[in-house]
Amino acid sequence: MAIKAKHQRLVLLAIALIVLIGAGLLAAWALRNQASYFYVPSEIVADPPAPDRAVRLGGMVEQGSLRTEADGVTIAFVVQDGDARVPVRFSGIIPSLFVEGSGVVAEGRMGRNGVFIADNLLAKHDENYIPREMQEMTTAQAERVVAETR
Amino acid sequence: MHGFANPARFLRIARWLMPLCLGAGIVIATLALGWGLFRAPPERLQGDTVRIVFLHVPAAWLGMAGWMGIAAASFTELVWRHPLAGIAARGCAVPGAVFTAVCLVTGSLWGRPAWGTWWVWDGRLTSMLVLLFLYFGWMALSQASEASAGGHTRAPAIFGLVGAVNIPIIHYSVIWWNSQHQPPSISMGKSAMDAAFLWPLFASMLGFSLIFAGVVLARMRAILADQQADARLRRKAMAEATY
Repeated sequence: MAIKAKHQRLVLLAIALIVLIGAGLLAAWALRNQASYFYVPSEIVADPPAPDRAVRLGGMVEQGSLRTEADGVTIAFVVQDGDARVPVRFSGIIPSLFVEGSGVVAEGRMGRNGVFIADNLLAKHDENYIPREMQEMTTAQAERVVAETR
Repeated sequence: MHGFANPARFLRIARWLMPLCLGAGIVIATLALGWGLFRAPPERLQGDTVRIVFLHVPAAWLGMAGWMGIAAASFTELVWRHPLAGIAARGCAVPGAVFTAVCLVTGSLWGRPAWGTWWVWDGRLTSMLVLLFLYFGWMALSQASEASAGGHTRAPAIFGLVGAVNIPIIHYSVIWWNSQHQPPSISMGKSAMDAAFLWPLFASMLGFSLIFAGVVLARMRAILADQQADARLRRKAMAEATY
């Protein structure tokens, strides 16, 4: 019995698509570390990058850790991811979304004393969208309110 | 499926469906943007810059939906040789590319105040830029293969399917890899976005989707009309040549 040309094309294309998706997934899997935009503190602590190698450090600014130094432009704070903490120093202009308890990406290098010296700070917005009336609450409280009103 | 194989039947439906989609889309999108820009509250950390989300998210969705349309049409084209499939793919390309560009521009404008930078090369931003370049490449290939003898649509159809690999990469880029861009606020059945932002966003996505559908139908009608005019000219030339 001859197979209809239409069915032959369907089978051929289905095989081609499966191979294509497999190749895409393999490539994404191979890239899983290289394609990350930053290291989190536990990665930095477990495997410290060579001093003077430019890296990005991303995580949450620890509550109560933000201090402005005597010169007025240098700030010091701690970036944590729940498992590890890395102290950071930065002098320069701070983005407006940079607050304690919020996400940050610091570009810079690891100093020899274990302090990360940032050349540039980028604030990271999280996935929460919360009206300003709720700004007195902590992020966790506001998340609960959002969950209840839905 | 092959009920629409006859372009005349498609044209009969598209004639009233196209203005309906466009009209309803423009009304809904205008109301949704008005709601989002003037009535929605400022966000806790972002303040008023949050309002750009009501254009950014629909644009991102339609930029990706445009390529999913090209991929579905390409599959239909390759397997069933449906006469309208190649035309549908061509109809999706330009609006898809425009919405992808709008997504990149609005994201950049938001990134400057929110993150402190216009652009970073993280997974999400880079894969979205790749999508824009895929659209440009697809349009060039589609135009070139149309100009060649017989107007083959096979090459753009294969490109359309291969390029679809980028769509899940865009979606999962913020989940697989650490990225500057935040993970999705809305996923199946849960939302980290307050209802005050969520509803105008849904309305805006619906409005712009209808506009997108209307534009695709309009472009398909224009391409069919072009082909009919070409065929008529060719017949006329043949008839004159025989005298």
